[in-house]
Amino acid sequence: MAGQQTIPSQELAAEVAAGSGQIVNRCYQCHKCTAGCPVAMAMDLMPHQVVRYVQLGLEEELIKSKTIWQCAACRTCVSRCPNGIDIAAINDALKQRALARGAVPALPEVAAFHQAFLASVKSRGRVHELGMLAAYKLKTRTYLQDAPLGFKMLRRGKLPIFSGGIKNKGRFRAMWEGSKEERR
Amino acid sequence: MKLSYYPGCSLHATSAEYSASTEGVFKALEVELEELNDWSCCGATSGHSLDSNLSHALPLYNLILAEAAGNDLLVPCAACYNTLRTTQNFMATASREAKELGQRAKEIMGREYRGTIKVRHVIEVLAEPGVFTALERKVTKKLGGIPLASYYGCLLTRPPKVASFEANPEQPRLMDRLLTLCGATAVSWSHKNECCGASLSIPQPKLVEELVGKIVEAARYAGAKAIVTACPLCHTNLESRQTKDEEPLPVFFITEILGLSLGLDPTPWLKKHLIDPFPLLRQYGLA
Repeated sequence: MAGQQTIPSQELAAEVAAGSGQIVNRCYQCHKCTAGCPVAMAMDLMPHQVVRYVQLGLEEELIKSKTIWQCAACRTCVSRCPNGIDIAAINDALKQRALARGAVPALPEVAAFHQAFLASVKSRGRVHELGMLAAYKLKTRTYLQDAPLGFKMLRRGKLPIFSGGIKNKGRFRAMWEGSKEERR
Repeated sequence: MKLSYYPGCSLHATSAEYSASTEGVFKALEVELEELNDWSCCGATSGHSLDSNLSHALPLYNLILAEAAGNDLLVPCAACYNTLRTTQNFMATASREAKELGQRAKEIMGREYRGTIKVRHVIEVLAEPGVFTALERKVTKKLGGIPLASYYGCLLTRPPKVASFEANPEQPRLMDRLLTLCGATAVSWSHKNECCGASLSIPQPKLVEELVGKIVEAARYAGAKAIVTACPLCHTNLESRQTKDEEPLPVFFITEILGLSLGLDPTPWLKKHLIDPFPLLRQYGLA
């Protein structure tokens, strides 16, 4: 409506700040994060826009965005941000909000990868790369993707069929169980 | 010098040659490495992506084990190095969350985290004055000026407040110094710390091919005949995501180059590579 202004809600900014440890309101939109982001070309929201959307409380748009999953967590943005804002950490907080709300991730393969990775760590205390890859393939049904590479790696002994886990699982599980993942 | 050794998961599997060459080089330098007893995964990117609490709980578990062992912790993997340092930094903030985690860890581990040991990367230790001098003395095989591009990727220098051991994290130099010491030529190039795409390699191989393509093109443009990394994931991505338009550039771990130069037999390491480095080495009379 012409003339009507929406006052941005600070609720999301406060919650994301609490979840990520990042003072999102320090951002003054200089775009330096976006300028250096190596995966910006594959994003639907640019990194500086993610922070702005958080400030404006545009949660739906953020939760549906590819960007939060696309982030490679390389930490170039936080290294160069004049205000020291870790956008990768903000993206992490938003990924967790998306999953907690039962949203379908905009890049389901990326979510499936992280889930397969953590499932492997949880069961053995360490990642079993071959087992993790198999779980990822089952979940995403991308059986043929990278099959020749996989065989090449198997032949070079880069994907051992068996690998040791940790011995003191009780202590490890106890550390794990304080996590949000477990409480969810 | 004695260090505890935290290999991380990749060095027991996809990057076993990085572990073997690290152990070989440190042995030759008479630095004793003792693998951290019952270490666990640090959580890597997936840990902090899906669970911020888990991202600190797993590194802290290992930091407490390392403190109990009493020596500084040597970490070859860039991602492990970054997560462990990030958690040390988090604990040093002494925030309410950090104190809560510290208390929980104390109850579970039977030992308090006090922040008494350093987490150190392989390059950092090799470039420190005492070790560097020992290297200078022991390098027996000069590498004939072979032009190499030292590649740091992301997590060894970012963010500088947490992770870096380099004077200038945007223009890191220590790996160049090590390569020069071995008689290689460290090329000056543009993509030394551009991201390779990291763990997106599995869910988004096309994207990672594009990123790796740019890195390899930049290295080639600068005249490099191979790329040298200090990160297992960078190594895997650079080896596996070069497309077939041109002859692929071989990718070495820094410890493999140092090992070669120290006169160790690199064959068991290099034959695990996906891109055969032997034709290049033969060209320079190194194999």
